[in-house]
Amino acid sequence: MIQVEEIYKSFGSNDVLKGITADFKPGKNNLIIGSSGSGKTTLLKCIVGLHEPTSGEVLYDKENFTSMHFEGRVPIRKQIGMLFQNSALFDSMTVEENIIFPLNLFTEMSRGEKLDRANFCLERVNLAGKNHLYPSELSGGMKKRVGIARAISMQPKYLFVDEPNSGLDPMTSILIDDLISEITQDFQTTTVIVTHDMNSVMGIGDHILFLHNGEKWWEGSNHQIAHTDNKELNAFVFASKFMQAAREKL
Amino acid sequence: MFYSLGRYILLLRLSFRKPEKYSVYWAEIMREMVSQGIGSLGIVAIISVFIGAVATIQTAFQLVSDFIPKTVVGGITRDSTILEFSPTITALVLAGRIGSSIASQIGTMRVTEQIDALEIMGVNAPGYLISPKVITGVTMIPLLVIVSVALGLGGGYLACAASKDVSTADYVAGLSDGFNPVIVTVCAVKAIVFGFIITSICAYQGFYTKGGALEVGQSATKGVVFSCIMILFADLVISELLL
Repeated sequence: MIQVEEIYKSFGSNDVLKGITADFKPGKNNLIIGSSGSGKTTLLKCIVGLHEPTSGEVLYDKENFTSMHFEGRVPIRKQIGMLFQNSALFDSMTVEENIIFPLNLFTEMSRGEKLDRANFCLERVNLAGKNHLYPSELSGGMKKRVGIARAISMQPKYLFVDEPNSGLDPMTSILIDDLISEITQDFQTTTVIVTHDMNSVMGIGDHILFLHNGEKWWEGSNHQIAHTDNKELNAFVFASKFMQAAREKL
Repeated sequence: MFYSLGRYILLLRLSFRKPEKYSVYWAEIMREMVSQGIGSLGIVAIISVFIGAVATIQTAFQLVSDFIPKTVVGGITRDSTILEFSPTITALVLAGRIGSSIASQIGTMRVTEQIDALEIMGVNAPGYLISPKVITGVTMIPLLVIVSVALGLGGGYLACAASKDVSTADYVAGLSDGFNPVIVTVCAVKAIVFGFIITSICAYQGFYTKGGALEVGQSATKGVVFSCIMILFADLVISELLL
């Protein structure tokens, strides 16, 4: 489990996060939602250690990650997989090399074992046989799937996903959401997803954290979100006429 | 300026932490050696031959008279090539070729979150990205300078053969006349220092790139400009200290 306690983050005089406290449980899709500039990605980066919080703590299974130095964080980081908004695949490496890169650095697996693991991960994301393609030869959806394959190659305990649906068509978005959800269930990972895609919220949001102006504004599940009377959350979720009409039918 | 200097020193310190796995870093060093060394051989060869030839022709034009032995041309070409032309001009050209490539490569990795991906995995990103480039710079640039010296002196020979102002025999005799080995030491020190300057400054500029494609280009430009200035400054300091 990941616990976030009283996280504040400022960039100069700009207070982006204002005392966020939340728990992210294993085996659940934990979604962080909110409008642009609400602090979603900043919170995610504070959790994974790409940003240092101004104050507050992040705990991974009760271990205080925030107070650790670089070397101390390495054992926890080996248990983290992350899918970035633009996939962040290494351009100079093939799909296969991208997936076995962390295995090369952190395991003593033989070449054959690493290739088996890469093939398993590629099959898991429905990209079997694409081992020797370069990122520049892949579509946006394929890049996301390779990003997921790389993220799960070390069998992570914690999976972080930043805007998994950005730049994807609705069909591919649903495929990616389902894939993340399946991986969360199968490997019992603590999955934290930053999104503002309402299909994802309604489809896979086991636990949802709504941020508004850097504060935790609402917390609940996708079943509860349709019936909330939180004004700002309703304005965000039911912004379109289609969603308003859908809500009336619920 | 002090902020940048401090950040540069801290980045170098991070770059030379113990690697996660030596074999992976070794493979990266070999890849860089091919890219920086073999990849730069062509441009270094072309400029060296022409510089050697031009230096010989201009020296002959200024010095050949009945009162000066013709072998002087070979000696002056040798000293100027080994001391200045080969290390400095090669370094300035390589700052453009290797330096801009390093800054733009690391800068692109920064703006496309590839460096963040490395850090999330627990990889020491400065170590993995910068140390192989710096190690390659301080080993391959001296080797390229050796090639440059040989080709520069060869260019001088070709110029003598073509112009007939100085005979090739006088030129070759002049190359060994009054040879002081200290110039080779100075040349080697310059090449190593220049190699370090090019790779570390450009890597620093790339690593702290913020923004997008425009800023990547600006980082590459800054890297090359600062490298060239520092090369000229180091050239002056080394010449003053060692000669």
